[in-house]
This record gives sequence, C-alpha cells and structure tokens, in this order.
Amino acid sequence: MGSKQTVFTHEQLEAYQDNPFRQRIAQVFSDDGDGHMTLDNFLDMFSVMSEMAPRDLKAYYAFKIYDFNNDDYICAWDLEQTVTKLTRGELSAEEVTLVCEKVLDEADGDQDGRLSLEDFQNMILRAPDFLSTFHIRI
Amino acid sequence: SSHPLASVSQSARITGVSHRVLPNSPFLAFAGDRSGRRPSSKQAPPGRRGSPPGQQERARGSPRPGSPRRKQTDRRREQRGQERSAAERTCEGKRKRDGRASLREQRAPPKKEKEVLKKEEPWTRPKKPRSSSLASSASGGESLSEEELARILEQVEEKKKLIATMRSKPWPMAKKLAELREAQAFVEEYEGALGKGKGKQLYAYRMLMAKKWVKFKRDFDNFKTQCIPWEMKIKDIESHFGSSVASYFIFLRWMYGVNLVLFGLIFGLVIIPEVLMGMPYGSIPRKTVPRAEQEKAMDFSVLWDFEGYIKYSALFYGYYNNQRTIGWLRYRLPMAYFMVGVSVFGYSLVIVIRSMANNTQGSTSEGDSDNFTFSFKMFTSWDYLIGNSETADSKYAAITTSFKESIVDEQESNKEENVHLTRFLRVLANFLIICCLCGSGYLIYFVVKRSQEFSKKQHVSWYERNEVEIVMSLLGMFCPPLFETIAALENYHPRIGLKWQLGRIFALFLGNLYTFLLALMDDVHLKLSKEEKIKNITHWTLFNYYNSSGWNESVPRPPLHPADVPRGSCWETAVGIEFMRLTVSDMLVTYITILLGDFLRACFVRFMNYCWCWDLEAGFPSYAEFDISGNVLGLIFNQGMIWMGSFYAPGLVGINVLRLLTSMYFQCWAVMSSNVPHERVFKASRSNSFYMGLLLLVLFLSLLPVAYTIMSLPPSFDCGPFSGKYRMYDVLQETIENDFPTFLGKIFAFLANPGLIIPAILLMFLAIYYLNSVSKSLSRANAQLKKKIQALREVEKSHKSVKGRATASDSGDTPKSSSKNATQLQLTKEETTPHSASQSQIPNEKAQGSGTVLPASRHLPVSQPPGVRPGSGHPPSQARPCRSASGKKAQRPP
Repeated sequence: MGSKQTVFTHEQLEAYQDNPFRQRIAQVFSDDGDGHMTLDNFLDMFSVMSEMAPRDLKAYYAFKIYDFNNDDYICAWDLEQTVTKLTRGELSAEEVTLVCEKVLDEADGDQDGRLSLEDFQNMILRAPDFLSTFHIRI
Repeated sequence: SSHPLASVSQSARITGVSHRVLPNSPFLAFAGDRSGRRPSSKQAPPGRRGSPPGQQERARGSPRPGSPRRKQTDRRREQRGQERSAAERTCEGKRKRDGRASLREQRAPPKKEKEVLKKEEPWTRPKKPRSSSLASSASGGESLSEEELARILEQVEEKKKLIATMRSKPWPMAKKLAELREAQAFVEEYEGALGKGKGKQLYAYRMLMAKKWVKFKRDFDNFKTQCIPWEMKIKDIESHFGSSVASYFIFLRWMYGVNLVLFGLIFGLVIIPEVLMGMPYGSIPRKTVPRAEQEKAMDFSVLWDFEGYIKYSALFYGYYNNQRTIGWLRYRLPMAYFMVGVSVFGYSLVIVIRSMANNTQGSTSEGDSDNFTFSFKMFTSWDYLIGNSETADSKYAAITTSFKESIVDEQESNKEENVHLTRFLRVLANFLIICCLCGSGYLIYFVVKRSQEFSKKQHVSWYERNEVEIVMSLLGMFCPPLFETIAALENYHPRIGLKWQLGRIFALFLGNLYTFLLALMDDVHLKLSKEEKIKNITHWTLFNYYNSSGWNESVPRPPLHPADVPRGSCWETAVGIEFMRLTVSDMLVTYITILLGDFLRACFVRFMNYCWCWDLEAGFPSYAEFDISGNVLGLIFNQGMIWMGSFYAPGLVGINVLRLLTSMYFQCWAVMSSNVPHERVFKASRSNSFYMGLLLLVLFLSLLPVAYTIMSLPPSFDCGPFSGKYRMYDVLQETIENDFPTFLGKIFAFLANPGLIIPAILLMFLAIYYLNSVSKSLSRANAQLKKKIQALREVEKSHKSVKGRATASDSGDTPKSSSKNATQLQLTKEETTPHSASQSQIPNEKAQGSGTVLPASRHLPVSQPPGVRPGSGHPPSQARPCRSASGKKAQRPP
C-alpha cells in the first residue's frame, strides 16, 4: 500500500483474478460473509494484506481464509478444498487424501483430527516464507 | 472537601492497577486498554461541575495526613508497578480503606456491564465525553503532583504501546480508527503536559521514514533478484520440470560465473598485456607462420582445426616470448603466465570447496521444515503477490509438481517390500554394470593399441585415423541408456538412483579421459625425444646462413626471415590444440544431439501423430525426458578439459565462456520446447553438493597431469614463455633471485628446506584430524538435540490429545457442525475443570505434567521414549471415563 494511487486500472484488477483464494478473501473480510465489501472492509483487507502487517495478524486471517466452512477449525474437508484449489484439481483423489492426512499428522497438535487456530499459528509462524508471500501489493 | 476527591482518584488508581493482575488473558487485556481512560472519566464530574481546574488539582495534590509516607509507598509501587499496593496500604486509616473498598465494590458491577456493552457495540459508542474530560484535566496540569505525573506517564506509555501494536489487533477498521484517534489525542495532550512534546510530528516522521526504508529495501531486493542472470528462465523451468532439472541449470549458471572469473584472470593478466605490449606478429619465428604452411594458413578447413594463423596467435602457449619483461611497464610476462596458471587452479579449488561448505551449512539450518513439509506446502506455497496470469499458471504447475515430489518421497519412505529380492537385484545390477565398464575399458585399450599401430603406417584411412574418437563417442552414447535400463532393476528412489547413475557414467567417462590423456602423453614424449635433433638443425641452419659465402662482406647480412627458421614441434601448443578441438567437438556433438534427439523427435511425434497408426505421444517414441545425469556429467568433464587445457591454451577459457553462454539459451529453449517432465518428478537435494563433489574430483584429476607436465617435463626450446629454461617453475626462482632483495631469497631457500616442509605437513595433518573430530562430535550433538526436540514434540502431542479427548468425552454429544462449536467446547472445558479437578489436584497435575516431560528427556539417547508414546500413537478407545483427571493418571507412567 505504498503508493498513493486512488483509481485502479483495469489491468490491476485483472491481475488478481488468478488467486485461487480470491473468493475466500472477499468472504472473510466482508461483513455478511458473501463477499460484498464496504469501504471499511476493503481497508481491513488491505491493512491485513499489507507488507507492514504483523505476523500474528496475518496468521489469524490466513486461518480464516483457509477455514472454508467457517467452523473455526480447519478440518479435512477444508484441506481438500485448499489442495484442489492450489493444484487446479490435478492430483488424484488418493493423492489429495494422502496430502491432507500428512498435513493433519504434522500440524495437529492435539490430535483431534482438525487444526485449531492454535495449531495453525504454531505451524505457520515457523514457515520461512509465509510473511513474504502472504501480502498483496497495489 | 478534599477527602472524597482523593478517595475517588485513589479508587480509580486501584482499578487501574488491579487490571494488571493477569496481563496475559485477553479479556483482561481488553479491560486494561479501557482502564487507561477510566480514571479521567471518574474525574470528569468535578471538572464539569465548574470548579476551576487548577484549584481542583491543587486540592487533589494538597498534603494530607500521612502524605509523605503515602508518597513513598506510591513511588515504590510505581517503580515496581505492582498490584501489591493494596496490602501495603493497610497501615493507613481503616476508615479510608473501607470507604475505598466500598466504592470499588459499588463501581465494579457497572464497569463490567460497560465492558459487555463495549464488547457488543465497540465502535458505535460516542467517545466525546471522555476526551473532553481528558482535555479538562490536562489543561489544569500546572501543578501536577508526582504521583499524578507518574500515573499519567504510565497511561501515556500504555497508549503509545496501543498505538504501536494497533496493527496487530484483529479489529475492524472503524474500531481501529476510533481507538487510534483517541489514543493519539491522549498522548498528544499529555505528552505536552509532561513536558516532552516531541509528539506527533516526530512520530509521523519516523513512521514515514520506516515506510520509506521498507519500500527501499523491497525495491533493492527486487533489483537484486533482477540482477541474477536467467533467474526467470530457471524459475520457469523449475515450475514445469521440477527442482531436479532446475538444479542442472543452476549448476550451469554457477559454472558460467566461475568461468567468467577465470576468463577475466587470464585475459586481463596474460593475453591483453601480450597483445598490447608484446612483440607484434611476424617479428620472431615463434610468432610467425612457417613458410611451408603460409599458403593454406587462412583456409577455413585449416583454421577449423586450429592450425594456421590461429595456432600462431596469443590463444596458444607457443606464441609467448621468453623475454623477462615486456613494454614500458616492464611487465614480467613469463612470471605472470606461471602465476595465472597456478591461480586458476587455486581459485577453482577455493570456490568449489567454499560452495560445498555453504551447501552443507544451508542444509543444516533448515531444521523445522522437515516437520511441516506438507503443511508449509499447503498454506504458504501460494504467492499472493502473483498478478500475472502466466506466472499464475506456472505457479500452479510448480505447486502441483512440488506436491508430487513430496508424495513420491512419502511413498518411498513408506514402501515395504521384499528385502531379499531387492538386495539380490541390486547386487545383480551392480555386477552387470561392472561387466559393462570392464568391457568398455578393454575396448578402449584395444582401440588405442590399434591406433598406435596405425600411426606407424604411411597411409591411413579416415576411419583408421578417427577410430578412437568414434569408439569413445559410441560408448558415451550407448552406455548411459544401458546403465539406466539396468538401474531399473534396482528400484531406488529416483534421487538416489540419479546419484548411482551419475557415479557409473562418471567412471565410464573417466576411463575415456584417461585413455585420451595417455595417448597425448605418448605423443608429447615422442615430440620431446625429437626435440634435440631439431635444436641442432636450427643452430646449424642459422650458422650456415650467417657464415655462408657469396654475400657481400661489407654490408651486414639482413637477418633470416622468421618464417624460414626451422623450428621444433612445440608440444605445449599441440596439447593446447588437442584440448581446444575436443572442447569444440564436444560442444557441437551436444548441440546436434539436442537438435536431433530432442527437437526433431518432438517435431516428429507432434506432427506425425495426426497420420500415424498408433499414438506416438503416448506410445513408442513419445517425447524425450531431460537427461539430467548425462548433462551434468558432460558439463563437469568439459570443465575438466578446460582446467587441463587452460595452461597451454589461454584462449580456451574464452571459448568455454561462449559455449556455456550459448548452451544456457539453447538448452533452456530445448527443454521448454521439446522435453516432457519426468514421469516421477522428484525433488533434487537442495544442495547440489553431489555435483560439487564430482566437480572437485574432476578438478583434482585434471590438476594431476598439468602438475606433472609443469614439474617434470622440460619446456620446448623455441616457443612459449619458459623456453630456454630447464623446468617451467624455474621462472619463480629467477624472479626471486633477480627482483627481490637477497635476504628474501635466502628466506625462500630456507622455507624450501625439507626439514621445514615435513613438520608443516605433519602439522596440517594434525589440524585436519582435530577439526574432523570436532565436527564429528558437533554433528553428533546436533543429532541428539534434534531427537530431543522430536521426543518433546511427541510428548506434547500426546499430552494435548489426552486432554482434548477428555473434554470431548465430557461434553459428550454436542453437535459439532454448528459454528457455536468452539464456544461450547470452551464452556465445557471451563465447566469440567472445577468439578473434575479439585483445587488440590491442579498443582498435582502440573507436577505430573513436568514429570512426564522429564523422563522423556532423560531417556533420550535411547530411541524409545517412555510409555507416554503409545498414548500418542494409538490413542485409547473413545470410551473414556468421565473423570478425566483419573483417566490421565492411569495413563501416565509412574
């Protein structure tokens, strides 16, 4: 958010059409959860996605983004959604299941078969390139 | 009238202080944020009542009975910042305290109500009254007592902290804004009152600078990435073909960098001085094409063989003169030539070893990422910055590839199979491959023998002349695929398989290289034996020329034209030419193979597929995969040629730089246009230390022949910078004797004494031994620590899982799908703790908790952690007893 631009060009808006989580981001930051944003929501989004935002805040919202069914836990279904979106469905069903199992196995601290916010933060704060990739530049 | 006021402010302070009992709990922290304002709002009524602010303050700050003492305690309390003050104040009047206590109690419930209210509608509540009260109390701050000052200071600090940490609060924007404005207003007011109103401007300035700095750093990073050559190309390839193929290109790029440095060294210190300051072409025999060759010297076919004018140019050893100094700079060219030759090897050794060391360092510092491979891939692999659909496409491809790589690794580690069969197959494969290697070795030996016989004959056909090369390239073409076929028996993980394959082809190439070198050595020795004869002929010719009769004695005879002087065969240049030819032909073979084997095949498969009777793409010819092992080894051996040849052909490095440059672009294009990703994409070991190891070996092997020729062969008598000397390294001695002061020469002579060298070598061995043992022990300690961390993690996991399951079973059949799930769970947790674990049990539990950790850490060297582990691996059945505490106890080891 470094620049002082106030009007978006068409290209700039087009540029973010490729993000596999664009729908989710809009939903998470909107008030009603259907992706329609007010100005404040919009500002929220960019303050979280800005480069200056702290780690914990980013982790909190990343958790929300990956929590597809909004139940405050990332469960196996959420993970499957994530993998499918990330790979555009090029992995076979077994592979997806394997990946999800592995993720749960690695990151699930309390072994309840889903990732809580705590588990997620515990994991994501150790990721080397989370901060460098989880932001948007205007 | 002062009394109620004092008590009010006092109570406010108490509430303000008591919030800090548990700063960690979020609820209280929230309350704490509010608390900063509370005192002012309590003070507001008197201010609004219209009493002059100054008076009010004075009233508040006026001395009271026992005030000195109070002040003292207060100060102490401020220093410690503790809530203990209540206890300290017991010495004060009881009435006062009672009053305060009652006030506090009265006030407590509304405060809680307010908190709830705020929580419900945090940003709709008007903030106006509070700030106005702040202003009123601040404006009167002429005679603030010390305690007031301290309190305000504290609040200001708090607000500042709030401003600083505002970013990290997950609040909606409106609330953030409101809070920020309020906090800023507060700070502005009171910092002024406290007399250090650097305030807003400085803050804004600092923020601005911080922002600018971050932006600058970002731009600089971008710039740096842009400066890395071919980064985008390699990233592109990596995203399509996986990290293993990319590792080849990274290696190629690294090699290009190394060669560029070598090129700079040789060109800057040898070739350019010679061209600028040396004697020009045609001045002396060694710089002139002999009369017999002059007619054809410019023909392309001759030049192509590096004969003719190219042979007598600064590209080769023979062109350099043995003058001690050249030009007005008195540049000592022979010395420079020797030192550059040595430093080429020195630099290469240092750079290879350093990058190997860097790689190992990088691999040890990763640590955590082993534990979270898949999680990191899933949650952090998408780069939210991507704003270009092509980049996005390749990112999708890259993510898919990296998932596949990890899946292959995972499956490989889980695979269980017949151990005996695998072992048998592996032994069989190795046996077959050794047979192949022996066979090819014998074949080369046989061919070389035959070629020596051919060379004695007068008329040899084209085939007979080139038989060795043909056989060698045939072997090089057919053996690697054969090895690959045999390696399929072994069933290794592709990454390990690649290493085996590399090792085997390496052995094959090494055989080729050394037969080549031996043949070359024979040639050199032959030329050396002829040299004495030629030397005599030269002398005789010159003698005859100057002393022959039939020339006017009065006019001195013009010197013999340099082209007519008979000369020796100059074995150094011959060696240089051999390496030059080999490099060029190797390059051409590589390019043609790529063009025919990959590109034409791809074209054929792609376009003939429309009119063919079977599916060409899926069936037999299909597209080619990128041959990593072959390419890497080709590169490594090529580099070995360069190292060996660069002493005798200084221009070789220049050719090699061109070759690497073209092959970078050409291979990038070829791989993107006509290759397909490997069937089993695998992740290259991040450090390409294996390549580096091979490179080091080749460097060492190529150092040997060069060192041998420098140390034990006499240089040619009529060409090159060392001509006329007994050995090439005599140039060092000469320089030391002539150009250094005598005592330095003595010191050098003393240093060369074997009595000193042998102890030095011994010392080096000792140092190596010591460092080796230290590094071993360190790595052992490292491994142990890793194990410890792993075990702790396991214990923690099992601990948590037991707890979680206990609460889950307590809460029983709560509906899980709803979004209220979380709060309900929390509620049940809070519910269960009181009734299941009594007060006395809590410390007990804690003690047990630490008890479980301790034995684990104590037993670490033993690979099996204590009995907690089975609990984590195979959790007991869901039917847990309701009394969770007892359940825990039963599971824990004593």
